[in-house]
Amino acid sequence: MTGQLAGTGGADEVPPAGHPSEAVRIEGLRKSFGANQVLTGIDLSLAAHEVICLIGASGSGKSTLLRCVNLLEPIDEGRIWLSGQEITAPGVDENLVRRHIGIVFQAFNLFPHMTVLRNVTLAPVKVLGTSRPDAEEEARELLRRFGLRDKEADFPDRLSGGQQQRVAIVRALAMRPQIMLLDEVTSALDPELVAEVLDVIRELAAGGMTMLIATHEMGFARDIARRVCFLEEGQIVEDAPPAELFTNPRDERTKRFLRRIVDAGRL
Amino acid sequence: MLSTASTVVVLGALAALFLLAPGSSEVRHTFFSPHDMWQALIGDPRQGYYSVGEALWLNIRMFLAAEVLILALALLIAVIRQSAGPVMFPLRMISTIYVDFFRGIPLILVIFVLGFGVPALSLRFLSSQSAAVYGVAALVLSYSAYVSEVYRAGLNSVHQSQVAAARSLGLSHWTSLRHVILPQAVRTIIPPLLNDFISLQKDTALVGILGAIEANKAAELYSDTVFNYSGYTVAAIAFLILTIPLARFTDHLIAKDRRLRLAGAPT
Ligand SMILES: Nc1ncnc2c1ncn2[C@@H]1O[C@H](COP(=O)(O)OP(=O)(O)OP(=O)(O)O)[C@@H](O)[C@H]1O
Ligand SMILES: [Mg+2]
Repeated sequence: MTGQLAGTGGADEVPPAGHPSEAVRIEGLRKSFGANQVLTGIDLSLAAHEVICLIGASGSGKSTLLRCVNLLEPIDEGRIWLSGQEITAPGVDENLVRRHIGIVFQAFNLFPHMTVLRNVTLAPVKVLGTSRPDAEEEARELLRRFGLRDKEADFPDRLSGGQQQRVAIVRALAMRPQIMLLDEVTSALDPELVAEVLDVIRELAAGGMTMLIATHEMGFARDIARRVCFLEEGQIVEDAPPAELFTNPRDERTKRFLRRIVDAGRL
Repeated sequence: MLSTASTVVVLGALAALFLLAPGSSEVRHTFFSPHDMWQALIGDPRQGYYSVGEALWLNIRMFLAAEVLILALALLIAVIRQSAGPVMFPLRMISTIYVDFFRGIPLILVIFVLGFGVPALSLRFLSSQSAAVYGVAALVLSYSAYVSEVYRAGLNSVHQSQVAAARSLGLSHWTSLRHVILPQAVRTIIPPLLNDFISLQKDTALVGILGAIEANKAAELYSDTVFNYSGYTVAAIAFLILTIPLARFTDHLIAKDRRLRLAGAPT
């Protein structure tokens, strides 16, 4: 399980694989859908309390990478550790792993037949065995923190997109995850609603939450991430602090991508 | 107003056609003789025929017993067929064969085989049941195959992203099914399910071939004894009284669901 590892780009000092101070470690991750090779060898490690943004063109594999970390997609090759424990080892209970990883999707995916409060308390009650009153109290606390105090009795389709996405974030947080995976959580929102959701994520980062964030919001990535990873064709082409990656990219492919972004007026 | 007028015209034309047909009085006597209809309805065991009205009670009991068993067995089959993982493979294969088999074989053959075959085996308990029991068993075997497909279509109608959202919170396969997928599938399941039950109500008449005195069999005994078919007319009316309320109720549910969807209620 331990053993010295060859360089994972970016990190200056490489701890042994599966070291507990690492929130997540990914080695040699490969994933194909049929003949379509989506991830072609991903190496990445995330320290506790670190925020990393994944950027890259549509189809570069950002969502697939996040889904693999959460074991929603079976992987073809490679290994993944969560806080020092390998979660891709045979015999690992994936439900147990997922309790510790929160994921928020682009399309919110709230449960439409449940109120906001039930959406948030379902997993704590059914998975963690929290009593309903306790779970509800905690849920109300979280909802209040994220400006949703008067929404607990509403069904999701009565909420704005921004509110729905904040509920989805609260639903994930209610499980007290060690790490949050955010998959383009603002892409489905009207422009005027983006800010309220980004503010929530900033607050989480300030509170020390470890996060792996796939995003198209370059400005946001620049001010929230400690490191930004640029993905192309299923590989991390460049992994650097945002100040470096956005102003002085090394790789030709990163330069080309950023030039397109600038031309589109998005940076 | 216009609809009432057109209904009257159409019904009048049909009645005229019937009344003016050359064999009209003959048919009216053999199928619609009020005296024979009354005799068939009340029955007279000393003359060798039984009350169609009382016999209908057996249809109702067979229907109710079969319905409950079908709902349970079909759900079990559907859930097994939706399951994942190699452990469940043998059960999945058995369920698939079961569904193919019983959907492919005419119900009347299943009734014959169970109703005459099982007693001929001279087994201890299994071979000494009443005709109605074999009939219900045959109905359950055959209809469960259909109804399991209704369930399956309903389960598949819930979007994959809901499954992903549930599983990503650490909910097990079964908990997701129970709290997230099934409640959303119900609205797609109910109308086709009720349709199958309307046809199940009618098909209880087939159990008459085993000698069980249900409504259709009672009518047959009457016509064999008195050489008048009016008993069948009574049986037909009896089945209509049974099936029409369920049909109206199904339409009512569909219309209500449509209204709710249009009004944008929780979907
Ligand atoms: N379930 C799936 N089955 C088959 N192919 C898939 C599946 N999910 C993703 N893919 C394919 O994998 C590739 C990468 O998709 P992915 O969604 O990871 O990209 P992305 O970087 O998140 O893109 P976007 O920015 O548009 O969200 C695409 O070519 C996509 O078609
Ligand atoms: Mg994506």
